[in-house]
Amino acid sequence: MLALALALAVTCAAGAYLATSRDVLRAVIGLSLLGSAVNLVLLAAGRLGPSAPPILEEGRSAFGAVANPLPQALVLTAIVIGFALTCFALVLVLRLMQAARVDDTAQLRFAEPPAVDTVKPPEESDELAERTDGAAALRRRDEPC
Amino acid sequence: MKFAGDVLLRNVCSRVYVLALIVSVWILLRGHNEPGGGFIGGLVAAAASIALAMAFGAELAARRFPFRAPVRCGVLGVLITVASGVPALWRGEAYLTHPWSKLELGVFSLDLSSVLLFDLGVYLCVWGALGGLALELLELDASEDQA
Amino acid sequence: MLALAPLLVPLVTALVTALAASRPRTQRVLSFAGSLAFLAAAALLLERVNTGETLRIAFGAWPIEHGIGFAIDRLGGLMVFVTALMGFATLLYAESDVDAPRRAPYLAPLVHGLLAGVAASFATADLFNLYVWFELMLVCAAGLLVLGGRLRQLDGALKYLALNLLGTLLLLVGVAMVYGLTGRLAFDELRSASEHVAAAPLSAVLGLLVLALLLKSGAFPLFSWLPAAYPTLPAPLLALFAGLLTKVGAYAILRLVADVVPRAPTLYDGAFATALGWIAAATMLAGVLGAAYHWDLRRILAFHIVSQIGYILLAIALGSTAGASAAIFYTVHHIVVKANLFLVAGLVASATGSYDLRRSGGVLAARPWLAALFAVPALSLVGIPPFSGFWAKWLVLRESLALGRYAWAAVALLVSALTLYSVAKIWLEAFWKPLPAHVEANSAATPTEQRPALAACALLGLVTLSISFAPQALVEFADAAALALRGGGQQ
Repeated sequence: MLALALALAVTCAAGAYLATSRDVLRAVIGLSLLGSAVNLVLLAAGRLGPSAPPILEEGRSAFGAVANPLPQALVLTAIVIGFALTCFALVLVLRLMQAARVDDTAQLRFAEPPAVDTVKPPEESDELAERTDGAAALRRRDEPC
Repeated sequence: MKFAGDVLLRNVCSRVYVLALIVSVWILLRGHNEPGGGFIGGLVAAAASIALAMAFGAELAARRFPFRAPVRCGVLGVLITVASGVPALWRGEAYLTHPWSKLELGVFSLDLSSVLLFDLGVYLCVWGALGGLALELLELDASEDQA
Repeated sequence: MLALAPLLVPLVTALVTALAASRPRTQRVLSFAGSLAFLAAAALLLERVNTGETLRIAFGAWPIEHGIGFAIDRLGGLMVFVTALMGFATLLYAESDVDAPRRAPYLAPLVHGLLAGVAASFATADLFNLYVWFELMLVCAAGLLVLGGRLRQLDGALKYLALNLLGTLLLLVGVAMVYGLTGRLAFDELRSASEHVAAAPLSAVLGLLVLALLLKSGAFPLFSWLPAAYPTLPAPLLALFAGLLTKVGAYAILRLVADVVPRAPTLYDGAFATALGWIAAATMLAGVLGAAYHWDLRRILAFHIVSQIGYILLAIALGSTAGASAAIFYTVHHIVVKANLFLVAGLVASATGSYDLRRSGGVLAARPWLAALFAVPALSLVGIPPFSGFWAKWLVLRESLALGRYAWAAVALLVSALTLYSVAKIWLEAFWKPLPAHVEANSAATPTEQRPALAACALLGLVTLSISFAPQALVEFADAAALALRGGGQQ
């Protein structure tokens, strides 16, 4: 149990260190590591005990000392979901790095531009005019993509 | 991604593709009472598609998916999964209760259930979703090489 | 079987529209058909739960300690109905080309997937299942955020994804702790199991869960992802996000604090509830002060979301049945009003060519009907009688005064005054003042098909007006829903 707790602590620390990194790709890897740590927490919450698979032989009707199957089911779901989210985050980060040509989170200030004036908020980029061009937009929407 | 040993890669990967797909189907069918199942079968199939994509390019690998496109494969997989729970509703039970029956084939008998449909749906979904994602990443990589 | 509808109808619609992705006209027809089917099913569901019946499903016929179940009571049924209504209104608005989202082939599947995640999290009766639906919502929301493909959207999506992923991980740790403490995950089982757990570990675990849900609902101090990511969205999607996503977090907190762990407000002589109340007060203030600072219409309204979530959290923190009832009323009022404000903001921006208030003006002179469409939700947001916001705030204030929470009531009144300032700023800058001379009227941004947008805004405005002038029906429903929580009351 102590070994598991230590492993969890190390994984969490590594994940948190990476997740707060300035390199955007490392941040994604850090979040993924944190996800692994949380999966370990789920497993540990079900108490670590016997490791025999919870499968009944033919003709038997009661379990002996077997592993608790419920946390295993929970962890499986969590792994799948975490995996899918990590994949999505990776593709997002790669496209972002391609588009912005930087991988420094301190320079990724496109959604919330920093204030240049101490009093007034920054001017925002207005995408409304670029997005709608009236009738052309309506015609385009019915074309196959 | 061009490798110097292109011919070697293509030959190996086309054979690996077929073998890996057979293994993935075996894993799918074995999954109910033994380690295996739809998810891991789908992962192996996705690995097969990635191997094919590395040798022949992402477009060709995408066309080799069931239903001709990874996304369509994934979506139809989820539809099959959702539909596999419906027979339970017709029988008046809760959704996703899977009925079992035995098929006697002379010397041995097969246990049949709609769980296999559920698992098949998961298999197609995982293959389509993860395979499609991996192919997308490969294309991203290739377009970066060209840019 | 009707209890399956919140999950299956939008999910099947999402899958079917994903298959029709290469045929835009077919996809639109299927999307609308699915949305109308969902609305009809949700209305039927609401009728059924209004009789006091709780619709239950145990998936796979597993017994409750091993399986996942849905349990839709009055509260769940009301929230599912409001979800269906929001889905229909935003899809209707997206038919126009007012600040229209880019016509990507996977817009409709993602929207319906989001609706499925939201509706299923209102219907579920299992803590881990709640996490799963939160994840479905997160994936679909992130997908919708990146749909335009522009740099702003990718950046906003990254911020949204990173922080919400952190919230998800915290939620999962909380669920693990609950399982470790009680060995149970279903709401019905947890209700009885939590009575026998010592106060210290229970409050720690509950605190962790509530912290994760506070992050998801945009409470102080973990709300910065909201004004960073939301303003990059086009108007109909923004209305959908603003109306639904944060409210699922608030609903989950209400469920936990008032239903699953009914002794939560009294843990440590009420310290738990007091802490939640002060967080709510800080949220209200932080939100409205942020709204007062900004000049971009979307950012102002995004900060208002944060501020109004504070009111709902305050009502939950009051801990009494009347407080829960006030929270339910406020949630319904707020979903409708907030979505309506964002939809009207899209129309205003298309009239002036810009979302920035410094570059807009003259809308009252040019389109007086738009001013009327804006006035209804705006006055309701501030809390001017007789609009729905007034009743909602009055319910919250009355209960907080009755329980002796004078400081919180004072903060709520102050925040109302600041909200009035913020809304008045929008009115004066966008509607009252003439268009600034240095901004020429942007003809490139004039939409040609506005009628669906107007219809959507009018629909939501009508809902707000009906709650405003006949609040008794909703108040009674909210009271009955709050009574049915805590596992009691067979009504």
